[in-house]
Amino acid sequence: MTETGPSRYALRMKGIDIRFGGVQALSSVDFDVRAGEVHCLAGENGSGKSTLIKIVTGVYRPDNAALIELFENPVEAISPVQARARGVAVIWQDLALFPNMSVAENIAFDGLVGLRPRGVRYGDMKLRARAALERLGVTLDLDQPLENLAIAQRQIVAIARALIQDARLIFMDEPTASLTQSETDHLLNIVRKLSSDGVAVVFVSHRLAEVLEIAERVTVLRDGKLVGVYPTEGMTQARLGELMTGHILEYKVTARDMSAAPILFEARGLSVPGQFEGVDLTIRAGEVVGLVGLIGAGRTELAHAMMGMTGTAAGSMQLDGRPYRPRNIREAIAQGLAYVSEDRLQLGLLQKQSIEDNAAISVLDRLLGGLGLISPAKKTDLIMGWVSKLGIKIGLPADAISTLSGGNQQKVVLAKWLATEPKLLILDSPTVGVDVGARAGIFRIVRDLAERGLAILLISDEESEAIYNSDRVLHMARGRIAGAFDPRTTSPVDLEAAIHA
Amino acid sequence: MTGIVERARAALGREALGLIVLMVGMVAVFTAANPQFLSVSSFSSMGYQAPLLGLLTIAMLAPMISGGINLAIIFTANISGLAFAWVMLKAGGPEAGALAIVAGAALALIVGALAGAIMGAIIAYVGAHPILVSLGMMIFLRGLGEFLTKGGDISGFPEAVGALGHGDILGLPTPLLLFIAVALAWQILLRRTRHGFAVYMVGSNIRAAEYAGLPTKRTLVMIYALSGLVCAIAGILMLARFNSVRVGHGEALLLVTVLAIFLGGIDPFGGHGKVFPVILSIFILQMLSSGLNLIGANQHLSTAVWGMFLIAVMILRSDRLASLYHLFRKG
Repeated sequence: MTETGPSRYALRMKGIDIRFGGVQALSSVDFDVRAGEVHCLAGENGSGKSTLIKIVTGVYRPDNAALIELFENPVEAISPVQARARGVAVIWQDLALFPNMSVAENIAFDGLVGLRPRGVRYGDMKLRARAALERLGVTLDLDQPLENLAIAQRQIVAIARALIQDARLIFMDEPTASLTQSETDHLLNIVRKLSSDGVAVVFVSHRLAEVLEIAERVTVLRDGKLVGVYPTEGMTQARLGELMTGHILEYKVTARDMSAAPILFEARGLSVPGQFEGVDLTIRAGEVVGLVGLIGAGRTELAHAMMGMTGTAAGSMQLDGRPYRPRNIREAIAQGLAYVSEDRLQLGLLQKQSIEDNAAISVLDRLLGGLGLISPAKKTDLIMGWVSKLGIKIGLPADAISTLSGGNQQKVVLAKWLATEPKLLILDSPTVGVDVGARAGIFRIVRDLAERGLAILLISDEESEAIYNSDRVLHMARGRIAGAFDPRTTSPVDLEAAIHA
Repeated sequence: MTGIVERARAALGREALGLIVLMVGMVAVFTAANPQFLSVSSFSSMGYQAPLLGLLTIAMLAPMISGGINLAIIFTANISGLAFAWVMLKAGGPEAGALAIVAGAALALIVGALAGAIMGAIIAYVGAHPILVSLGMMIFLRGLGEFLTKGGDISGFPEAVGALGHGDILGLPTPLLLFIAVALAWQILLRRTRHGFAVYMVGSNIRAAEYAGLPTKRTLVMIYALSGLVCAIAGILMLARFNSVRVGHGEALLLVTVLAIFLGGIDPFGGHGKVFPVILSIFILQMLSSGLNLIGANQHLSTAVWGMFLIAVMILRSDRLASLYHLFRKG
């Protein structure tokens, strides 16, 4: 086979069908990516984005495919090995790297493994790793174990690993989900550089702003069907959101003046050495308090102290006017606090366990039937009740929680905590890995809960999220509360400027 | 027809259904080879033999679901048996009365539970790995037991004790009834109590379980204590079956319990598994062994067959098998 100039298409697929059990995950979907293009694949969770990626990379085999072409060569069905050999790489959200190996080893990894035993030439390996990083315009210490690197740098390692295998089509799944703004800007620059090198990049992201900034075209999927392929020029966030969800989304400030409501939680001079110092915090019944700041500012640490997970060295807390000093999570829960962890995959849910068990875990004592035994019927009633109240989309209550999309998983987390009937709900980055439509759904629930008197502390990495959904926004910097903002008189841009000042 | 299969699968679970099919097939093959296999006496002898392995397997099961392992089960059973024997000897050996038997059993249960609780506490509060902790406990108990018995046997128990190992109630072997009772209790404990729920969650992801407000440390202490308690019951049964106690009795069963657990489809990494398929696997192993014995095969052969059996079941259960099948059919 002879190559006649650069191919115009990196990937062309037509009429892709795939079913999983009773679910038509994709139905006659067309998808194409031009060589060297930055293309965005947009759609809500469950719309079929990941399924599509997994077909391209050979993880799944479509039931029907009218056409699959990689770099203008027809392929009948793709296997994972073939996909890699032909220059397709995916950078998954969890990166799939080896934390205890060095940067160089991680980058050169695929060249080091094989059936036949052979020596590793470290010098050569480092040379190749350095060259890959240079293509990206980055310098990293090649001997560092990967675990010492920040997430943003690990992502660069993952990209370099794809480049070293001559990838010409790279899929990036939610690459900016855990990055700060400046890290995101840096990543977008790298993506542009790849594109100008002729590497096609397919970007899967929930953040519409960056989608519109980086991509030339966007393919929108909804419920396993193709909505359309659109140039990003002239596209607005609102329009894209509509295409993805099928209905019009509103962004507006929902803040209310809550200064007359009774104080529910109060912290005075709260300190944990090395984490935060002298924090004063007041949360009123029915109030949503946003807490923004850079990663490492001490926001999650403050939440942990409120939940009794770390002991405080100084200061005091009051709940409902009474001294509050939990010694562990169980005491905090018993007194009416609930904490939605930022790390849903590792800490918020038990991924291997069923949906109903995940929902029941914190309220087992309320599910007892005769003889003090857990009643399976009550357990199912509990989850089905929340499924209808919160609009969670599930298959069977006994299915593993990992079968649900991010947004639906997060709703199960909410259900779990709401079942404990808390007075104060701490939401730590509740929309990480949750798509636009589902985010709106989660914040509708949050607003509704606040209306009914639940106090909410909303820790957020996104200024606009905090502004639109809080009654009051606090800014935490270097372990201290650095400022307070009224969403009705502050724009997300102002808040962003304050945080990055 | 498919409806019945579907419903049976839903009621019993995938593992159990496969094992039942296997069991029926095995009965058919052995009966064809020797009609004697399908007789009351052969099933009754299995009913006396299987419960000891069964109880030890149950003692191993819960720690494995919690993501750990209890390597000390055999010696915990031995030490508990020693405690029982000690009370018997103090109370006059063969002349010991009912009260002494109850006291002996109580002491044995306490010793077993205590050995387990100590392991659980070290695993939970020190954070040491269950393999290391239970290995340490296993070696400690073995040494302690050999020191106390000077490596010899202790025997001479009242008749009533022998009845536990050899008697029957309404025609059913007493050991079998004991085993069924413990297995039922275990099933309820794991599936229907808060403690059992916590065991699965701890085995799945202990930090997430902690975040959800489960008492993870107490759960670990409790599960090893209960494991030790079941070991003690096994220890008493062992004493009754062999009419003697010796440190090292049943040593060969340690890894067979692990075999039975994996046959029963327990997730080796913790968090998943049911009691019923494990019980089926125990009886399958017993049938294999008894059946081979009946058709005159060498005793050692049955051990080899057990191993082959485990490997075969793992292959059959693998999800990859389906894709391999497709691959071969295409290629």
